[in-house]
Amino acid sequence: MSEPTRSAHGHDDHGDHHDDDTPHSSFKGYMTGFVLSVILTAIPFWLVMAEVFKTAEVTAVVILGFAVVQIFVHMVYFLHMNFRSQGGWNMLALIFTLVLVFITLAGSLWVMYHLNHNMMPGMMHETHNLQS
Amino acid sequence: MSDSNVLSPNVTGEHGTDRRPLEFLVKGEHHPQSPTLLGFWIYLMSDCLIFACLFATYGVLGRSYAAGPTGAELFELPLVALNTAMLLFSSITYGFAMLQMQQNKLKGTMIWLAITGLFGAVFLGLELYEFAHLIHEGAGPQRSAFLSAFFTLVGTHGLHVTFGIIWLVTLLVQLRKHGLIPENRRRLFCLSMFWHFLDVVWIGVFTFVYLMGVL
Repeated sequence: MSEPTRSAHGHDDHGDHHDDDTPHSSFKGYMTGFVLSVILTAIPFWLVMAEVFKTAEVTAVVILGFAVVQIFVHMVYFLHMNFRSQGGWNMLALIFTLVLVFITLAGSLWVMYHLNHNMMPGMMHETHNLQS
Repeated sequence: MSDSNVLSPNVTGEHGTDRRPLEFLVKGEHHPQSPTLLGFWIYLMSDCLIFACLFATYGVLGRSYAAGPTGAELFELPLVALNTAMLLFSSITYGFAMLQMQQNKLKGTMIWLAITGLFGAVFLGLELYEFAHLIHEGAGPQRSAFLSAFFTLVGTHGLHVTFGIIWLVTLLVQLRKHGLIPENRRRLFCLSMFWHFLDVVWIGVFTFVYLMGVL
């Protein structure tokens, strides 16, 4: 039992030189994030306003993809998310939240879409046949 | 277990051959980062869940126009693009404020913070103009389920930006009075997370509400 206890003491020391509590960020990091964000914002607006794709579905999927990438860019370059901050608790809270967000969004849309679909006036008696 | 905050006697287990006096260490005393930041992050995550519910509501009701105006008829994308630019600029200027803070430059921090606040105010002004315009056209929140969900989602985001600006002005006063003390640095960092988080939510808004609304 003694060895792990001592080594645990040793690794506590490296945080002491921080006199402020905030993670350090750099000009380069912020500018990278900013430039990427501008590009990732401009492209979806252009895709929609210039009607580049013929079908709305393709455009929707593509701009949602851009949104997800941009959210990642913001998380990394502006919010400085990584696996080290706060001993990983930040990331754990984020992952937990993302799971809940996914369940909320996907679950609501899925349930309500099927509810609308199955509750169409005049279709009540045909529901069982449609489902097969 | 070595990170726990409990008093841990520095004993050597069952052998007891170590002659050193019994030491007690409170390991929680010198953890490198403030627990405030983690607590604030968890608040932001709970805020994220509020927005997830509002997004889900909009996703369900977003096409229930009740024979009223549709998103394609109402939304003005150039205005939304301008709004997005304002929020993005405010994000990078807040970043510059944080960099100035790291270099212990009080004046630079305050100037960049003020610029951030101005961009935020312009964003809010444009959003209020859009809301007033919609209500004037008879497309208020009571017109259809789509517009109710729209006003709730975008309005909640706007309310967050409003409180962010109030917080920012408060911090400017604090900085003027006390300078870059550790407490103010912590507050600046919390507001930084709040501000960037709002920008992240806005990505969802302009994509999911505005761009997909006009498709």
